[in-house]
Amino acid sequence: MLLIHCPYCQEDRPELEFRHAGEAHIARPADMAALSDEDFERFFFIRSNPKGVVFERWRHMHGCARFFNAARDTVSDRFLKTYKAGEPKPDLGGEGR
Amino acid sequence: MQQPFRLADVGRLGAAAPVNFTFDGKPFTGLTGDTLASALLANGVHLVGRSFKYHRPRGIVSAGAEEPNALVGIHRDAARKTPNVRATVQEVHAGLEAVSQNRWPSLAFDVGALNDAASPFFSAGFYYKTFMWPKAAWERLYEPFIRRAAGLGVAPDQPDPDVYANRFAHCDVLVIGAGAAGLAAALAAADTGARVILADEQAETGGALRFETGAAIDGRPGWDWAKAVTADLAARDNVRLLTRTTGFGYYAQNIVGLVERLTDHLAKPAPEQPRERLWQVRAKRVVLATGAIERHMVFAGNDRPGIMLASAARTYLNHFGVAVGRNVAVYTADDSAWLAALDLKRAGVGIAAIVDARSEIRGAHVEEARRLGIECLEGHAVTATAGRLRVSSIQVRPLAGGAGRVIPCDALITSSGWTPAVHLFSQSRGKLAFEAETQRFLPGTSAQDVDCVGACGGSIDLAQTIEQALEAGTRADGAQGRRATIVKDVRGEVWSGGMLGTAETGTGVKAFVDFQNDVTAKDIRQAVREGMRSIEHVKRFTTTGMATDQGKTSNMHGLAIAAEMLGKPIPEVGLTTFRAPYTPVTFGALAGHSRGALFEPVRRTPIHSWAQEKGAAFEDVGQWKRAWYFPEAGEDMHAAVARECRTVRESAGIFDASTLGKIEVVGPDAARFMELMYTNPWAKLGVGRCRYGVMLREDGFIYDDGVVGRIAEDRFHVTTTTGGAPRVLNHMEDYLQTEFPDLRVFLTSTSEQWAVIAVQGPRSRDIIAPLVDGIDLSDAAMPHMSVREGTVCGVPARLFRMSFTGERGFEINVPADYGRTVWEAVWAEGEKRGACAYGTETMHVLRAEKGFIIVGQETDGTVTPQDAGLIWAIGKNKADFVGMRGLRRADLVAPGRKQLVGLRTKDPNTVLDEGAQIVADPHQAVPMTMLGHVTSSYWSENCGHSIALALVAGGHDRMGETLYVPMPGGAIAVEVASTVFFDEKGERANG
Repeated sequence: MLLIHCPYCQEDRPELEFRHAGEAHIARPADMAALSDEDFERFFFIRSNPKGVVFERWRHMHGCARFFNAARDTVSDRFLKTYKAGEPKPDLGGEGR
Repeated sequence: MQQPFRLADVGRLGAAAPVNFTFDGKPFTGLTGDTLASALLANGVHLVGRSFKYHRPRGIVSAGAEEPNALVGIHRDAARKTPNVRATVQEVHAGLEAVSQNRWPSLAFDVGALNDAASPFFSAGFYYKTFMWPKAAWERLYEPFIRRAAGLGVAPDQPDPDVYANRFAHCDVLVIGAGAAGLAAALAAADTGARVILADEQAETGGALRFETGAAIDGRPGWDWAKAVTADLAARDNVRLLTRTTGFGYYAQNIVGLVERLTDHLAKPAPEQPRERLWQVRAKRVVLATGAIERHMVFAGNDRPGIMLASAARTYLNHFGVAVGRNVAVYTADDSAWLAALDLKRAGVGIAAIVDARSEIRGAHVEEARRLGIECLEGHAVTATAGRLRVSSIQVRPLAGGAGRVIPCDALITSSGWTPAVHLFSQSRGKLAFEAETQRFLPGTSAQDVDCVGACGGSIDLAQTIEQALEAGTRADGAQGRRATIVKDVRGEVWSGGMLGTAETGTGVKAFVDFQNDVTAKDIRQAVREGMRSIEHVKRFTTTGMATDQGKTSNMHGLAIAAEMLGKPIPEVGLTTFRAPYTPVTFGALAGHSRGALFEPVRRTPIHSWAQEKGAAFEDVGQWKRAWYFPEAGEDMHAAVARECRTVRESAGIFDASTLGKIEVVGPDAARFMELMYTNPWAKLGVGRCRYGVMLREDGFIYDDGVVGRIAEDRFHVTTTTGGAPRVLNHMEDYLQTEFPDLRVFLTSTSEQWAVIAVQGPRSRDIIAPLVDGIDLSDAAMPHMSVREGTVCGVPARLFRMSFTGERGFEINVPADYGRTVWEAVWAEGEKRGACAYGTETMHVLRAEKGFIIVGQETDGTVTPQDAGLIWAIGKNKADFVGMRGLRRADLVAPGRKQLVGLRTKDPNTVLDEGAQIVADPHQAVPMTMLGHVTSSYWSENCGHSIALALVAGGHDRMGETLYVPMPGGAIAVEVASTVFFDEKGERANG
């Protein structure tokens, strides 16, 4: 079971307390009404699903209940960093691949 | 004479107390400390089972967890019948009852052994080839036959009466395996002050020191050292020593699953004692000291009872004091078997011959064997064996060619070398590296904080093993590399040699690679000939390594034979990934306390006990128990529901709606937030008014619905479907936290804070009026779809005027603790006015009469508001709401979508099956073009005919059309109609 660092609680807590919530940094377009079919498809259906570093959302469901973001390596299943919702993608330096 | 193969003054059980046990009903005596295997061998019993596929007689192969053959049933009582227990692991206790498996009518004479004669029929891949035709025969003939003929033990037929414990633990260093390496690592770690857990699957620590007589540590025999270190560790506060505990699974971030067996070795466990305990250990560092597993030689007839691993024979001799025969032959390609032979010879057991497939063997052990007068045949192979239920002779032939000869024996011990037990390392996602010189897969790059020490890490030298272990133990978190532990004078045996695959390729013979799944060398060769190129394919085609032992003794042989056939190096053919569990784990251990009533929480409303006292039938709705209907004397469900439905529309009914999800949406931006979350407009909804809200996902499909009351400018009382409450709150929180974080809104789940009592029907106002204070209930002051705060029975309440029945109706929300009291008061008033209590079934029927949808019944995640006839609920002038753009997608506005309609059966008494398919022409060819399906269907007592709702392609344009519902008894004709079957104008809710 993974240990996940909640950036709000500032604690490592077991995976059981968290729920995965899909890819991060996909902002809902401000002007939804004007969105073209192609842009809606890109926004709603298309996900990157990379092998390697993925930026994803988690929710500390059975803790503080906050949504936050994480950078995780899908190959090693290791968390590289967790950070608060709204913060920019972190620079992972040498950690990312 | 009892225990004729138990040797005096040999082994460590010594003067242990005798224990009586039975095998297949026959009484035997063993000694305390015996395994079932050692006790049977002490009595000269080798034949313990029949093989999986060919029903061949099989004996004991190993002395440990890797045992592929000796699987037995252990029967403690009528309910406790454990199948497939390895006799080499099960300890004997007084009264132990063991039975052999997969044989009929008896172990010695088994009808299923005909499979052996018919074996060409059962060759590799026979499942895929033989039983393909005719199709119907698979279900009726082949599968039942195979299921009966093949297989192992019989599952118990009663629920498991035992309890299983569960424990989480943390430590600095977790050491798996308490042989020389594990003990040394644990000692070094403990000396640094680290918190240590040391686990070993055996009843006693010591590992290979149990049999390795040539080992000495700290100036004493290895075994004595092991016992002294164990006693030392057991006495320390920072060490937890777990025996009979298998590390079975290695998971992410150094979580290791251990299962501790607590009672299987006891004659009379205390009734409250758990049978097993699951440990979930999170360790800063893991030291794997899991040793190595000896492989058998692959040759014709290598599966007869009496043929076993050399290390097993040596363990039975040196630890249990049991000779596996009186005239033991040896067939090996590794030095370790020579040392076993020497131990046996010195203990007075005859050695028929040592046959070694290697040519030019030398070393002290060879000289010693010759000095003891043992016949040594180098460069020879065993080419056949004889003996019906036990080996009686072997046929030996020089590998270089020449005449063979027959050597009589009553046991044959074999070794083709040692496979490092890298299972847990591989599970930890560590990469294995192939060492070509020794033909072994060894731990390579680690993925977690783990060290492999000793034989599992490739060490073949005891001094090196101890050194590695001390080093690894000292690396404990926090220790600065200061090693305090000193272990001196380490001397061990060094075994060299080893081979993979077969020494000699016979044809038409059964040289077994995998005993448990009856896979031979020939099967693997055949798989390659038939085109299997990767070991993954070979494995699945032949089932090699796929039995419950997961190929611990066989995988490397199978891989080598496939590689040889393919002419490729072993690593290019691949090694299958090791997966948890290392050895079989009971479901009980994994389930722990999570069974029966503790499997899942049961949620009950504050009014539950009242309904129970009234004799309500209940149904499960998610985790909730909901009153389904309230039968009166002599009523069945149909009669009770008909009466309830009638009573609600004639007088009134009282319904427990407490399970509805409730969310309090509060804050200065509450209305703006509601505008975004629901399709409807909210900004202009007056305080004290209610509105039916539809929630979509971003893709435009209906996600949830419910009535929302505006309590104040900045406060909404939102209701959700019973099952939808958690996901709706999650959905709202998601948008609030991540998309609209600037909105000043707070969301609070109040589902369990309010008890909800629905009073529905023409007399509903009369019923509640005497109980309500501070609220004007007149139609003018409190019209349909309004909400007021006041008191009911003196209890602060939110009173909704709303209706899920189409009748004038109220929903009284009071704090949950007052729920039953207020309910009883309402009930008393209701009874005076001819009202009834009604359950969920009547609720369903009444809402269907009105065409009200239930999310999850009329919708399935692909239904839009337009499809459901709810286009009126979409705010036309809204700039944005979740799902607005999704609703405009081409497919969602295309004609021909499935739309919600009513169905009326031509025969008013026919009630359709929910889920039944709908077609235009029942006579068309199969497969028919299906137009949709029935989503809800009931008998409507109020309408006097059946009613149904359905999703039908282009349904809104099919009003009046006749469609058909094909059923096994013939097609049922239906007419497409409005979804509203009762009070089409909707007047009753208002007055």
